[in-house]
Amino acid sequence: MAETMNMEPALIESRAREQHKKLRRKHRINAGIRYFILILGAIVMLYPMLWLIGASFKTNSEIFTSIGIIPKRIDFTPYVKGWRTGTEYSFGTYFKNSFKILIPKVIFTLISCSLTAYGFARFNFPFKKQFFALLISTLLLPQVVLRIPTYLLWKRFKLLDTHASLFISSAFAVDGFFVFMLIQFFRGIPRELDESAIVDGCNSFEIFLWILLPLMKPALVSVALFQFMWTMNDFMGPLIYISSVEKYPVSIALKMSIDATSGTFEWNQVIAMSIIALLPSIILFFSAQKYFIEGIATTGIKG
Amino acid sequence: MNKRRFDYMGLLYITPWIIGFLVFTLYPFVASFILSFTKYDILSPPKFIGFRNYIKMFTKDKNFANSLMVTFKYVVMTVPLKLIFALLIAFVLNFNLRGINFFRTAYYIPSILGGNVAVAVLWRFLFSASGGLVNQVIGLFGIDPVNWFGTPGPALFSLTLLRIWQFGSAMVIFLAALQDIPQDLYDAAAVDGANKFTVFRKITIPLLTPVIFFNFIMQLIQAFQEFNAPYLITGGGPLKATYLLPVYIYDQSFQYYNMGYGSALSWVLFVIIMIFTLLVFKSSDYWVFYSDVGEGGK
Repeated sequence: MAETMNMEPALIESRAREQHKKLRRKHRINAGIRYFILILGAIVMLYPMLWLIGASFKTNSEIFTSIGIIPKRIDFTPYVKGWRTGTEYSFGTYFKNSFKILIPKVIFTLISCSLTAYGFARFNFPFKKQFFALLISTLLLPQVVLRIPTYLLWKRFKLLDTHASLFISSAFAVDGFFVFMLIQFFRGIPRELDESAIVDGCNSFEIFLWILLPLMKPALVSVALFQFMWTMNDFMGPLIYISSVEKYPVSIALKMSIDATSGTFEWNQVIAMSIIALLPSIILFFSAQKYFIEGIATTGIKG
Repeated sequence: MNKRRFDYMGLLYITPWIIGFLVFTLYPFVASFILSFTKYDILSPPKFIGFRNYIKMFTKDKNFANSLMVTFKYVVMTVPLKLIFALLIAFVLNFNLRGINFFRTAYYIPSILGGNVAVAVLWRFLFSASGGLVNQVIGLFGIDPVNWFGTPGPALFSLTLLRIWQFGSAMVIFLAALQDIPQDLYDAAAVDGANKFTVFRKITIPLLTPVIFFNFIMQLIQAFQEFNAPYLITGGGPLKATYLLPVYIYDQSFQYYNMGYGSALSWVLFVIIMIFTLLVFKSSDYWVFYSDVGEGGK
């Protein structure tokens, strides 16, 4: 990787050795300072989350009087009561609703975005440049300007207050970020693979399905994970489109339970349900961390 | 690259995207522009009223003026602070350290979970006036408890803090860029006897400017559209001090069903975001440094 330049080798060597000694001494002090900053920072970053987990087991009076994480006693009643909610539906219903949106959305996204990315990455067609420019410009388009007409569109299709209104658009590769990310990955796969497959008599769709997709697995996993997280986090979409309580996903149900408990001060239940709401995302993140980091680093996806 | 013949199969593959673009991007984009010149309450058909929505907004609507101010304040506070933190931690992490993965994860978690409603709940508790964690902690330093959500300045700042806390994704991008800077550049500088500060100023920063530029644009667009935090945490209050424009747009459009006025408001926000984005793009000639050094072949 490192290519040396045209210089006198002896001079470089002696200077480099000198530098090396100095650097080593500095390295220790440097590392110490860095660890100090990093540990302090990590505490500030993680303490709130850990405190929240601790608080979910605390009594309501203990929450606001103790700064510590560990509760005086472990009590699961906030979880049990929170799960049941004060309404006729439990969080089980809300989780089911979330998954009714999530699963089709992730599948649609994977299919539509990988096909589109394949088209852009491997074919030369009329107006390709212009189409690509449009794709990139949608990445920068503030979504706020599309909201009202999209709402009216679902209204006209009689799809308001259905889960479908939250996932149908994903069948049409509307998430430009994913398309862009997949195009980048396709470009990293050598074209010789396609060409040898053509010689073997594969058509372009067979190449896509049997040769390229298996190689794209890490990228596809990244797309699926990000879409999962974003859909789980999505609040405004369901807030606007979904109006019946029995169809609420977790995010809206949580908001509802905040409003419901603000009079009764059952804080620990709200906190317990917040933890439950975060759980799928946390589990997913820890089991597939590298895909997130790689995905974000290669394309600069927003988080 | 040699010119190849057109392959129309490509068009077939991108058909889903073309339909999606026309139906879910272009159509709503044009439609909201047209709607912004109408009065439309959904029940009766839209009525064309010319520029009246816009005139009302800039002459009579006190909420709009307030929301605009608050939004600017929020963006000006949030975006630079978030980028500075992201950059700072990326520098600290970009070192041959043990446990770098642990720290990277620790810093990244808040930003991956950040959009979740649960995090907004968390924030309400952390900044609660009586006995919230933040007040307990600053109490240890002898600072009087702050009524975070009851005072305009601190309320807006608590939202800013939430977004700064989520600097992780910007940091990961910075870190990747830092690690992409070829070691031979640093070696060559060391041979030439450059000191650390010079290396930082002449090599590290210039090579980072493209990602700084990218992150800046993305964070700007995101910050202007902030909805969840003010809606869930402060509800726009106190005294509308956190009534960001997107929340006002939501209220007009989906609480009062003033779809025409809501569209006009969103178009104004859109134009503001575009102006800022263009300014950053224009300014990039002066401070963004492009080279193929960092590309690593091909």
